[in-house]
Amino acid sequence: MTVPAVTAAAPRGGRPRSKNWVGALPLLVVTAVAFGIPALTLLVGAFTVKDPVTKVSSLGTANLSRSLQGAYLNALISSVQLSAVVAVAAAVAGTFLAQAVVTSRFTALREAVLTFSGVLANFGGVPLAFIWIATLGNSGVITTALGLGPGVLYNFWGLALVYMYFSVPLMVLVVTPALDGLRPQWREAAQNNGATTWQFWRYVGVPVLTPALLGGVVLLFGGAFAAYATAYAMVGSTVPLVTLQIAEALTGDVLIGYENVALALSLDMIVVALLVMAVYLPLQKRSSRWLR
Amino acid sequence: MYKFVYFREILRDTPLGDTVIASRVRFAGLAAFLLMSATACGAAPTTAAPTAGADGSAAGVDARTATSAADFGGLDKLVEAAKKEGKLHVIALPPDWANYGKIIEAFTAKYGIEIESETPDASSADEINAVKTRKGQDRAPDVLDIGQSFAISGAAEGLFAPYKVESWDKIPDNQKEPSGLWFNDYGGYISIGCDAKKIDKCPETYADLLKPEYKGKVALNGNPTKSGSAFAGVYAAALANGGSFDDIQPGLDFFKKLKETGNFNPVETTPATIEKGETQISIDWDYNNAAYAPKMAEKGIDWKTVIPDDGKYFQLYAQAINKDAPHPAAARLWQEFLYSAEGQNLYLGGFARPVLLPAMKADGTVDATAEANLPPVEGDPTFPTEAQVNKAKEVLADGWGAAVSG
Repeated sequence: MTVPAVTAAAPRGGRPRSKNWVGALPLLVVTAVAFGIPALTLLVGAFTVKDPVTKVSSLGTANLSRSLQGAYLNALISSVQLSAVVAVAAAVAGTFLAQAVVTSRFTALREAVLTFSGVLANFGGVPLAFIWIATLGNSGVITTALGLGPGVLYNFWGLALVYMYFSVPLMVLVVTPALDGLRPQWREAAQNNGATTWQFWRYVGVPVLTPALLGGVVLLFGGAFAAYATAYAMVGSTVPLVTLQIAEALTGDVLIGYENVALALSLDMIVVALLVMAVYLPLQKRSSRWLR
Repeated sequence: MYKFVYFREILRDTPLGDTVIASRVRFAGLAAFLLMSATACGAAPTTAAPTAGADGSAAGVDARTATSAADFGGLDKLVEAAKKEGKLHVIALPPDWANYGKIIEAFTAKYGIEIESETPDASSADEINAVKTRKGQDRAPDVLDIGQSFAISGAAEGLFAPYKVESWDKIPDNQKEPSGLWFNDYGGYISIGCDAKKIDKCPETYADLLKPEYKGKVALNGNPTKSGSAFAGVYAAALANGGSFDDIQPGLDFFKKLKETGNFNPVETTPATIEKGETQISIDWDYNNAAYAPKMAEKGIDWKTVIPDDGKYFQLYAQAINKDAPHPAAARLWQEFLYSAEGQNLYLGGFARPVLLPAMKADGTVDATAEANLPPVEGDPTFPTEAQVNKAKEVLADGWGAAVSG
């Protein structure tokens, strides 16, 4: 995780660096086999165009251009929007919740919230969808009790709300160690120098936390971007998602011969993830520079 | 085939990996999945080829090339060869779909052959993938129950072994591939299920579904771009609204209207959503809707099934034998069992309409009680051609999202 960046700011020199990679070799091998080969397969598949009549394969960009048109493009855009909304909103909510827990005087509360977050952060799929359907669906408990009309849940914002259910706890888990790393001495030092609370957070707290917060946002973005079972069970295509399109093309009962379009869509997703990283890494580097 | 679906979680299980980027975790998952397929391919030739050969020649005939029970020297010899193999590996047969739970039990009870039923909720595409990626392995599916389009494309890819069951001649010509590469097994009509306790007057036609009283209540069994029954639901809607087998667009327009009036409920129907009252009206195969009724009655729900007069759409699934079936004799015996009066009546007991139903009505072997339980329907079904279905799917893939999103 990115979080330990704060605490791991300890000096790391000493040993000669040249041999460090040997220890990482097993990991690199596993990564190359378990990640590299499939990624390559995906890449080749995305550029392989199969003629529907002659069944002859050739290299081409037809899948990719198809994956960036019409319904597929809409799905990609909608996925990015949903993920961005969820990531930012859950990061903000999660950070405040984590801060409340960290500064709480009750250890039991802290432990309870963290344990619970660990459970909820892994909550997803059809069961999650069903919980929300039963609560806020057209015949949901709360919908009926408050006399809300149908369709409260089955739209973009409803889905975002449901995604928050696992994203906020995840943010709590990610950001809590970073908040713990904010030493009380810094606050005392700031206060001794006459800083207000606002000034402390503006000039000390938030800058120290920025790498962890950014890491959290990226993590949540990825989580929301890759999710789909919840959405499938709850809103189907009414909120188009790129993951849903991939699933339909790969493992459905209807579409035949769309496998390579699915691979092209996967490639699109990787590119989006890389773009997010391309924005995140320089920011992260800049904001963590002075921590060293 | 696409059944009640709870799996769909291959990629979204663990939002929290100890990794910086969740998307990486996810891609790693996908990667691992792909890798599994890749290694499965690579490992293929070495694993089970010898055993298959041994099994195949056990009764003096090569079961893998036998195209009828006669090739074994009669059904008894086939039973013998199958018993020697002792096992049958199947996937994508949910116990609560078309009575497969009972069919599997009955087969094992009758022949003492153990059935390994794996991933019951898998889809047709998953079945075809399993045939390809597990080629030569003991875990490859012996037999397939797939959508007809998948049967046609799988046959074109050379994945199936031709076989003609003893009742072959009774299967109508338009329900089988002439050489026996695939043959339809059972099917049903698109129907409208309805919770008669919660809904005053149940809808009986597609036109009814647009009435304001059904606001937020009309659901499908999944997404039509993924689920066979939902696709059929849209196709039937097209027929009900001036479309034809050549023109599914009116079906899309119908659901667009349904969405605009607020009647469309995007939740995928499952027994749980019916019980909870979230999907009070559900468009689905009649055998699914009809099978809900007895189960829901235990829970105090009166689940009614009607086949809409204005959108009559009938479709069958198909059986095929994996060309590289690890248990080739058992696979063939399974087909003989399914197409015997006993097997066909078991389908009927699960409210599915077996392909031999007309023949069995004629020769009196039909289970009349089970037949009387079927939702009533008038007239003979008509079928789209494969080209029409493919065109409809293409229109649907491009247009469905636009019809219901927003």
